[in-house]
Amino acid sequence: MDGTEGNGAQSSSNVAVVEESYKTVGDITSADPVIEVRRVDVFYGENHAIQNVSLDIGLNEVIALIGPSGCGKSTFIRCLNRMNDTIESARITGEIKLFGEDIYGRQMDVVMLRARVGMVFQKPNPFPKSVYDNVAYGPRIHGLAQTRVDLDEIVQNSLERAGLWAEVKDRLDLPGTALSGGQQQRLCIARTIAVGPEVILMDEPCSALDPIATARIEDLIDELKQNFAIAIVTHSMQQAARVSQRTAYFHLGRLIEVGETDQIFTNPAEKLTEDYITGRFG
Amino acid sequence: MSSAPERSVLKDRVTAGLARRYRIERIFRAAGLGALSIGLLFLGFFFYTLIGDGYKAFRQTVIELDIALPEVAFTATDDSSADALREVNYLGLVRDSLRALFPEVTSRAELRELFALVSASASFSLRDRALANPALMGQTVTMRVLADDEVDMLVKGNVDRDAPEVVRRISDRQLGWLDTLRAQGRLYLSFNTGFFTQGDSRDPEMAGVWGATVGSFYMLAVTLFLSFPLGVATAIYLEEFAQRNRWTDLIEVNINNLAAVPSVIFGLLGLALFINWFGLPRSAPLVGGLVLTLMTLPVVIISARAALTSVPPSIREAAMGVGASKMQTVIHHVLPLAMPGMLTGTIIGMARALGESAPLLMIGMVAFIVDIPESPLEPSTALPVQIYLWAESPERAFVERTSAAILVLLVFLLLMNATAILLRRHFERRW
Repeated sequence: MDGTEGNGAQSSSNVAVVEESYKTVGDITSADPVIEVRRVDVFYGENHAIQNVSLDIGLNEVIALIGPSGCGKSTFIRCLNRMNDTIESARITGEIKLFGEDIYGRQMDVVMLRARVGMVFQKPNPFPKSVYDNVAYGPRIHGLAQTRVDLDEIVQNSLERAGLWAEVKDRLDLPGTALSGGQQQRLCIARTIAVGPEVILMDEPCSALDPIATARIEDLIDELKQNFAIAIVTHSMQQAARVSQRTAYFHLGRLIEVGETDQIFTNPAEKLTEDYITGRFG
Repeated sequence: MSSAPERSVLKDRVTAGLARRYRIERIFRAAGLGALSIGLLFLGFFFYTLIGDGYKAFRQTVIELDIALPEVAFTATDDSSADALREVNYLGLVRDSLRALFPEVTSRAELRELFALVSASASFSLRDRALANPALMGQTVTMRVLADDEVDMLVKGNVDRDAPEVVRRISDRQLGWLDTLRAQGRLYLSFNTGFFTQGDSRDPEMAGVWGATVGSFYMLAVTLFLSFPLGVATAIYLEEFAQRNRWTDLIEVNINNLAAVPSVIFGLLGLALFINWFGLPRSAPLVGGLVLTLMTLPVVIISARAALTSVPPSIREAAMGVGASKMQTVIHHVLPLAMPGMLTGTIIGMARALGESAPLLMIGMVAFIVDIPESPLEPSTALPVQIYLWAESPERAFVERTSAAILVLLVFLLLMNATAILLRRHFERRW
């Protein structure tokens, strides 16, 4: 073997880099898997961003993806609803299944996939439309409501579950962008759940919010897990400890360790995990 | 140099440089202000000469005549009586009324000079009035007719009445008659409505911009309805759907180059393609519009693409994350946000198209057309071309009309820009 640094970091030279293979520590499977990821590699051009990752996302549980900046957590999560399709240089190998169906297969329509696997982004991005239209947009384009009354019901339901209904019920015509940061993010969550997905992916949803708004959203995630499978990428270990049942630690594109949250934070098996958690780097 | 503690070294150094830095800043500000002032100066000079030359064209000298209309029996349903009405010698009536005002004029040469005081349109105006109101026949009516353009120039003071007779186009005798008419209150300036309602004419007093305005309007309508949808659709395809490969790069380079091609070449293309091959009517606003579409399309495409690129990717991701297809993302989210930029680019393209005359030369819109076009298929001319034609005419009266026509063109442009600003405001508020 030649040319690699010990941790399999990427090189942009023309020399073919042979990376050491590794083994993920801990149980990657889940009791009731909704999404099964097996041996997935992601390349951005020559950049080997995700290396041979396998993981399950389980029903009615929250799995937190933690790791230092640039370790590939966001890249990984974006594979699950094929948002990486929008990036021209991205190439994905391996197998990802949603309820047993290959999401990159010919039978899987990407629009349908994204309706079933919703995503909440790091920076709240409500549409520049009214609050009502923001939440109603998804159901409208997927034809989920037959009548206006049905649509109203879906909108109210979603806003209630997102914990925003009380604050906006008299002002549904207000533009989504006029809300505060925390309210906007809850609006984005409402927008996502209005479509009725099976999985919700959250990419650092609270990183742009203050502690009070963060606490509200963490409560919300706790409620939502009763109906959805949730994967949350977070920079905050405290948040991961509070909110998740399972935790996966990523490091430079590799899944180093995965397991029950309690065990990871009190008794991690890998040294890299321990170093990150105790704050020696990251 | 005296030694000093570090803190005051910083202070000294900064102080030493501060004066120079502020001085340079002042110089830049003065230069900017100076450049702005020069621009404004030229603009002011431009408007001053334009308005100074052109304001006189908005008023026109008229002569009041008493005309005795003969008895003509007229029934609305009878065609022959309508013919009889049309065949009355209105020219003779006008001349009779002039002779009545100055009975002492008898010789043929003098009579010719007398009749030359009124415009050739006088008899036609009288006829139009009679046809519109046949009940007037048999009465003596007071009618305001346009004076000849030479009289008009004299009354407006453009011709020096004290100059020797040989350099004036108005003889001393005519001057005398005109003074008499003025004393009788029959000679005065009136608002020149004909300028805004008539088409082109060889006689300056009858010439108006309406024909050219309608022609320009039809042309721009064709251009707008073709270039905006085509340009926006092309931009959307190139920006959102096309693969990034050598072909699309080639297309992009070509579009950028086309935006810089001299407009005359589009006229030649229009002549070869639209008139010779498609057989469309020459001098028609439709062909003019098509040629200008070719010219405006690159500009619209470039500005539409820039507008599309400026929409933040977070909006696209949000839409796709909810399960919107590519087309839905573009139509429902990207397009409304890009609309202000697209409209601005389109209006800029339209404004350029409005002022173009070179490509229109090639397709024949430089002809002398007197009728107001009724559809985009009838021969017509355009405002910039009209201005050019009048600037070339020898009559003194066309000088002020040229400036007035330029003012009309500028008002047209102003209205277009105001519309653009209103539309942008309307779309931008949604954000």
